[in-house]
Amino acid sequence: MRLLNKDAVIIGGGPAGLAAAIQLKKNGIDNILIIEREKNLGGILRQCIHDGFGLTRFGKSLSGPEYAQIFIDEANDLGIEALTDTSVINITYGKVVTAVNRGGIFHVQSKAVVLAMGCRERTRGAINIPGARPAGIYNAGVAQSYINLHNTMVGREIVILGSGDIGMIMARRLTLEGAHVKAVFEAQAYPSGLPRNIEQCLNDYGIPLYLSHTVTKICGRRRVEGVVVSRVDSAFSPIDGTEKFFSCDTLILSVGLIPENELSLMAGVELDRRTRGAYVNDSFETGCSGIFAAGNVLHVHDLVDFVSIEAEELAASAAEYVSSDCLPKASIVVVPGRNVGYAVPQRVSGEKNFTLSFRVKQPIENCKVTVSQGGNVISEVKMRKAIPANMIQIKISADRLESGKEIEVTAV
Amino acid sequence: MTGQLICIVCPAGCEMTACIKDGKLEVWGEKCKRGLEYAEREFTNPMRTIATSVLVDNGELPLAPVRLDNPVPKKQIFNIMREIKAVRLEAPVHIGQIVLSDVCGCGSDVVVTKNVGRAQPRL
Repeated sequence: MRLLNKDAVIIGGGPAGLAAAIQLKKNGIDNILIIEREKNLGGILRQCIHDGFGLTRFGKSLSGPEYAQIFIDEANDLGIEALTDTSVINITYGKVVTAVNRGGIFHVQSKAVVLAMGCRERTRGAINIPGARPAGIYNAGVAQSYINLHNTMVGREIVILGSGDIGMIMARRLTLEGAHVKAVFEAQAYPSGLPRNIEQCLNDYGIPLYLSHTVTKICGRRRVEGVVVSRVDSAFSPIDGTEKFFSCDTLILSVGLIPENELSLMAGVELDRRTRGAYVNDSFETGCSGIFAAGNVLHVHDLVDFVSIEAEELAASAAEYVSSDCLPKASIVVVPGRNVGYAVPQRVSGEKNFTLSFRVKQPIENCKVTVSQGGNVISEVKMRKAIPANMIQIKISADRLESGKEIEVTAV
Repeated sequence: MTGQLICIVCPAGCEMTACIKDGKLEVWGEKCKRGLEYAEREFTNPMRTIATSVLVDNGELPLAPVRLDNPVPKKQIFNIMREIKAVRLEAPVHIGQIVLSDVCGCGSDVVVTKNVGRAQPRL
């Protein structure tokens, strides 16, 4: 069996993996390898043909494939080795990565491993929609792949469940391709996607959005013939007597994303039940020494620009680890406090500046975000409106931190 | 006349209030001047960009994604979609390749946003 030796193996050739690899190389780590299961690099950006990517990072609005190509070109120019059509099937605590492709199975002993596998969509099974199991039920990203990559239309009369960004973007895409999108239903009392997408993907095309509504039955024998929609209460329980039938041939689900961490678990990486990603410190190192995580595998981001930036920050630390074999010990715990759903990183060393990323649990008007340690306010930010759809980031400077005491972030 | 609008220029999605007073537009709530420009256009002639795809013959992929390089009047979107649908390209195609210039006279070009190489011959 083949055994390679690498300084760093990057698992996943999407935006996180590409940015991490490029930055590792720029930090002088030459012996690196990207492993990508798809035929091409670029990850999910390949099918995100709408524009709006890169506004933060490049100051212009690019499509997903264009954004990805900038990184792919740079990786090629730097001579970074990438294996595509290759699936990683195991990672050990000792950082032996096992992968398989048409040439067979091989192992890579690496000094550092970068987890950049991204996330996947929640499915019908995960949200338990009752009813029949006909054809015509797609996750939004699957429908996006059919239409944008495979030239296959998924349906004509569409109902969308969930107001995630991909669902709304697909509402517009399907409308442009001649389908009739009847409505978007959202169980929560507020939209889960960005306000600009409600505006430019739904309102522009006259597609209604019903909040506090969910699909309670799927009808149809061979193909979807319609769905029953009910109003839900604040505990998401359907309210009797509010059922309404909507005829349609297709149901699209945009009901959330889950970091894809099966490989991380094989290595013994401990996950945070809030983010469903790894617990990491301010070096983006997981609980396993030398195994790092960034991007959507760590926590689901709102914008790809922030994925790239996070992966670059990871790379700086991973490069330090490869050269020195040790990173500052992180003993200060960061906890999400009132109205905060999660906070990343979950532990910090207090020795370097870091970016705290988090989301609020529900929309808050005139919101005050406070980062404090042992009663001392470290940072305070006022926002006109904080919504769960936006990831909030605050830069924390190390000289304001004390050792040992817990850091808490709250939003009121 | 007063209206609420959400800026779509960037992901911040500023919630703005706009009102026409003595024939002049006043705007509150925007965080940058692009919001102001957006509000002005929204009240006179709403503009949008769109992205879609075109067929590629003999390509490694059946489609190449395209987008408009400038916003166009909202009411022209479906006319433009019809024009784009009629396009067929021959592989290879490259990012930045213009497939339609000044589409529907709207002052915007339709440009390819993904490199699609020629299909490998089957052995």
